[in-house]
Amino acid sequence: MAKKVAFMQGNEAAAHGALYAGCTFFGGYPITPSTEVAEVMSVELPKVGGKFVQMEDEIGAMAAILGASLAGSKVLTSTSGPGLSLKQELIGYGCIAEIPCVVFNVMRGGPSTGMPTGPSQSDVMCAKWGTHGDHPAICLTPASVQETYDEVIRAFNLSEKYRTPVMVMPDEIVAHMRERIVFPEPGEVEVLDRKTPTVPPEQYKPYDTSFGDVPPLAAFGSGYKFHVTGLNKMQDGFPTTKAEIVQAEEERQVRKVEANVDDIASFEEYMLDDADVVVVAYGSTSRSARYAVNVAREQGIKAGMFRIKTFWPFPDKQIKALASRVKGFVIPEMNLGMCSIELERCAQGKVPVLGIFRVDGEPINPDQIVEKIKEVK
Amino acid sequence: MSRYEFRFSGAGGQGLITAGIIMAKAASIYEGKQAVQSQSYGPEARGGASKSEVIISDGPIDYPKVTQCDALLAMTQEAANKYSHDLKEGGVLLIDSDLVKTIPAGNFKTVAFPIINTAKNDVGREIVANIVALGAMVALTGQVSRENAEKAVLSSVPEAFLELNKKAFSMGFEKALAASA
Repeated sequence: MAKKVAFMQGNEAAAHGALYAGCTFFGGYPITPSTEVAEVMSVELPKVGGKFVQMEDEIGAMAAILGASLAGSKVLTSTSGPGLSLKQELIGYGCIAEIPCVVFNVMRGGPSTGMPTGPSQSDVMCAKWGTHGDHPAICLTPASVQETYDEVIRAFNLSEKYRTPVMVMPDEIVAHMRERIVFPEPGEVEVLDRKTPTVPPEQYKPYDTSFGDVPPLAAFGSGYKFHVTGLNKMQDGFPTTKAEIVQAEEERQVRKVEANVDDIASFEEYMLDDADVVVVAYGSTSRSARYAVNVAREQGIKAGMFRIKTFWPFPDKQIKALASRVKGFVIPEMNLGMCSIELERCAQGKVPVLGIFRVDGEPINPDQIVEKIKEVK
Repeated sequence: MSRYEFRFSGAGGQGLITAGIIMAKAASIYEGKQAVQSQSYGPEARGGASKSEVIISDGPIDYPKVTQCDALLAMTQEAANKYSHDLKEGGVLLIDSDLVKTIPAGNFKTVAFPIINTAKNDVGREIVANIVALGAMVALTGQVSRENAEKAVLSSVPEAFLELNKKAFSMGFEKALAASA
């Protein structure tokens, strides 16, 4: 049987990806340019017995999905910059209490209300540093409608597997762009569920590291009782200030991601084998970059592209390896140089990092990138 | 590779984004080509400048926006002035002759007819002006067949308005051919 195809927006694809991954709860507050995610979820969730709640604001929405996740649901919220700022307090709570959830954030101009309908990539640092304290960060930056669908499923899987919030951050162009999408059959794409306890309720501890760095999570209402707090906690979930416990727990939470970078990080290499100049790009900007690399190649310039699909954890290993064999990096991004900072860090002064930074709400066009490629000597 | 670029431009509320979506859907779902539709609009629901861009190709499409436009629809004077400059040599410019009084000059083919008035008077509802324009763009560019475009129109509009939209599409298609002859 032919697979189901559709012509739809990145945002719509995100909602359908969430449903494929088994999402049964959405808490949100509408905001341009992400509202279509909420619209689709509000129509589709009730059909599969799920719940859609429009909360009083973005903080409430984040709180709602954390609660629903603790009750055993796979959960999603969607927002954009101003909403992401509001959610940060509760995102931190999700990190320390280790609650799986997916935050879909469409990047528009900022700071503050900024440019609601204009594209941007200026939230990528907010995905890692937006909430205070040391914490794990996973952030995926899809570049097409199909990839948005696929990456939302992967976001749910990573969130369940590592018991931590995961962000998916398309820019407005990817979120609002329409393309053909092919839906996988049920069972075709792997769907992961969180580990649940194998011990009886009286022996259960929500942060029991004897089961590894990612302890099983019981669902409230399934007979297991436990304590959840934003304070640093012991294995039984109750607060502690004991130095050695706090140190070990903080390190474990970050290690969940840092020790598994190879499982989480994903990227695409395009014409890198003999490349002298590497355009590093993510999201819609990578589409301009691919176009530019093709134009440069036609002109005899050995250009290639390294496309970041997983922004956090950052692909340090790959960028460092490239830095020791190429002549320079070009980084086009719709912000004033965020990924650029990470590239500089990984390049360690070995090669120049040339940025094209645009925050005027216009996409970075291929010509700009071609010109910059030519500046690398 | 055969990259063909459309821009549907005018004012918010004219249905330009919908017209672009249907053109792209016709290419991508019914014609077996690849297509990307994107848009740019202001915060206003109606009035402000609005544009919808469609790229059609036989192969994968990387940059989703217009680089050099092959076919431009301009439904306001402002849009005609602003976007005609990057029309390709030999490209197509379709304008509403009631709304665009100063016709931009250039090495492209300009086709003009009263699009909104056709919808209002000949089809019967002003709201389908975007489908009249779409029919005209299909006729003038030949990037998708008339049949596939019509299928895309009919699969995109509410059932109660199938006949209305079908009529609007045909009327636009025929008028554009007559106006460009």
